[in-house]
Amino acid sequence: MGWNRKVLRVNLTAGTCTPEPLNMAWANDYLGSRGLASKYLVSEIDPKVDPLSPDNKMIMATGPLTGTMASTGGRYTVVTKGALTNAIACSNSGGFFGAEMKFAGWDMIIFEGRSPKPVYLYVENDKAELRDAAHLWGKTCWQTEETIKASHQDPLIRVSSIGGAGENQVLFACIVNDLHRAAGRSGVGAVMGSKNLKAVAIRGTKGVSGIKDFPAFLAAANAGKKVLADNAVTGQGLPKYGTQVLMNVINEMGALPTRNHRDVQFEEAGKISAEAMHEKRPTDGKPHLVTNAACFGCTIACGRISKIDETHFSVKNSPQYWGASGGLEYEAAWALGAANGVGDLEALQYANLLCNEHGMDPISFGATVGAAMELYDLGILSREQIGVDAKFGSAEALCQLVEMTAKGEGFGKELGLGSARLCAKYGRPELSMSVKGQEFPAYDSRGIQGMGLAYATSNRGACHLRGYTVASEVLGIPVKTDPLVTDGKPELVKAFQDATGVFDSAGICIFTSFAWTLADVQPQLQAACEGDWSMDKLNAVGERIWNMERQFNLAAGLSAKDDDLPPRLKTEPAKSGPAKGLVNGLDKMKPEYYKVRGWTPDGVPEKATLERLGL
Amino acid sequence: MQKSLHIDPAKCTGCLQCEMACSYEHTGTINPSKSRIKVFDFEHEGRKVPYTCTQCADAWCMNACPVDAIVVDAATGAKVVREATCVGCKVCTIACPFGTVNYMADVGKVQKCDLCGGDPECAKACPTAAITYVDADWTGLDRMRAWAAKANTAAVAA
Repeated sequence: MGWNRKVLRVNLTAGTCTPEPLNMAWANDYLGSRGLASKYLVSEIDPKVDPLSPDNKMIMATGPLTGTMASTGGRYTVVTKGALTNAIACSNSGGFFGAEMKFAGWDMIIFEGRSPKPVYLYVENDKAELRDAAHLWGKTCWQTEETIKASHQDPLIRVSSIGGAGENQVLFACIVNDLHRAAGRSGVGAVMGSKNLKAVAIRGTKGVSGIKDFPAFLAAANAGKKVLADNAVTGQGLPKYGTQVLMNVINEMGALPTRNHRDVQFEEAGKISAEAMHEKRPTDGKPHLVTNAACFGCTIACGRISKIDETHFSVKNSPQYWGASGGLEYEAAWALGAANGVGDLEALQYANLLCNEHGMDPISFGATVGAAMELYDLGILSREQIGVDAKFGSAEALCQLVEMTAKGEGFGKELGLGSARLCAKYGRPELSMSVKGQEFPAYDSRGIQGMGLAYATSNRGACHLRGYTVASEVLGIPVKTDPLVTDGKPELVKAFQDATGVFDSAGICIFTSFAWTLADVQPQLQAACEGDWSMDKLNAVGERIWNMERQFNLAAGLSAKDDDLPPRLKTEPAKSGPAKGLVNGLDKMKPEYYKVRGWTPDGVPEKATLERLGL
Repeated sequence: MQKSLHIDPAKCTGCLQCEMACSYEHTGTINPSKSRIKVFDFEHEGRKVPYTCTQCADAWCMNACPVDAIVVDAATGAKVVREATCVGCKVCTIACPFGTVNYMADVGKVQKCDLCGGDPECAKACPTAAITYVDADWTGLDRMRAWAAKANTAAVAA
């Protein structure tokens, strides 16, 4: 129970859709969504496979709490070998698509092979079929949703699709659902594009009936909701300010990476902050922010819905962007803004809209622009090569480059490779602010030491959502630790990484963990799912998932040397703020972390560790 | 005292907890497609609007029903479909100006909001109080209070 016990296997090469029973032994060991889909992936593909070849597979998966009253229970994940990272990828998205998959009666959909021509998958409850997508190829994510709903004459269909970025194999292309929610990172959209799969459209009217003990589940879900409502972050901060509540906080801490991590504080952070989104604009007297919004089942509602300034240079002749739409969230505002030194809020929203529309990860895109701007600043790239005057702080350059990248035009093609390949191509690989090929998110690890270790050891490349020690080091959740020291961070990082695996695999949003610990999730899982879901078991599930992902990456050819940070963060001290003079102490933390994990000094899980976890 | 569902779209975040609660109460499954309250997302304006039966005093659906399958619940004032009597002719779905009576193909009957017998699950499930269950004579009370507060501010300022 909790699961539908049904998997849809779609062979794109043969054009077949086949139902099969969910492997319940695996569900018992890996829970669902991220963990369970990863187990399927590592069992079915060669770790050394080219991510963009037909031999890679891509899995869309829900968790046992997806499609239920558990707060935030609308998440789904896309699991594959990442195009950007050549490592295991799991990108998580909210919106309404995941719940719809569950309501149609499926736990996950496995895509394999490559379709000879563009297709989309249409699922209506038990019925699943591949349909011709010739008329959709070349369309944006927004147009694709609209066209599919119109052609099926069903406005209640939920759609997940790729835009031009995924079609053109931009290596940080994402998969967009419900207009502005995305499985964002690691290039899962490029994998989908390589399979000639344009979209997945689902209508589910069967609902979720498989809850083990409904009254107990409702009581547990309600108790969880109360904890979220009573918490200052999830009950007040996130609904009012969104994740953008962090912009000024992180800037004051001296941990806001600025101009490709040259600086750790951005002098214009206030202009792109949550507070700025609430202020009335001088041009039209309206605030940028229209309202907050929730994903399926979410009682936090951190989502931002904004209206861009119609008189802004980026959109004054483009009324199609004047309506209310998603953004800005903290990560996008940082990557499109501080990372490039751009302090023009409306320009950031324009770039964000294009990322949503064409299906690109704004973090990797923005950070890649930051790297290109540094190459330009150093005279390594010329104006002729880039096609625009790409100086740090140029909103005009940002707005031009986002369109060029999404459409694969000119220098945009090179930006679409991501910063690691771009910087390597021009002989300065050390200027790519990335780990395992994936760009950093919005926290500088010189000012928040634990994040350096979390980034370096993340199984999907640099990422804040694999071990968000910011919660502890900045916000004091669940306990306050000193962000400027390395002591205790290996244990902290491991604890966050393992717990996150359970949140992700349950089908709920990691933002609940601002208020919830696993002890708040456990009663909900116990009531929803058959079997024993004690705290001990959940802790083991989290650690098992982490080690399984690690094993895959090692087999794929990654090693301890890939658990590293760019030299800038280890040798160039922070120039200002509370962390002034500090570099990241990764080299001190990493050996200790391997020990805490039960891994050899080379970062390989010990036999005893694997046996303990049943791997 | 008769009570009424009171909906304030400005407070709705679109989380669909109301749709889940409604469907669970009436079908025993979590199934928004069977919900008798629907949240509409006007995405280009950034507005979400929950909508359900207003329980008309002189109900169009009830007057239109040829077999008297729609009756008044004396305790709540809700217009309730007697499923055993309903023949699935769908005339009520045409009569209702608001579209809040709907035909369910799988059971061959119509369904509409019945106020859950006086304890509406949607209102209880709403995390932002966008849906409340209040004195039917005073559904405007909150708005009156807001305007009164404005008037009071002006008076204090003067």
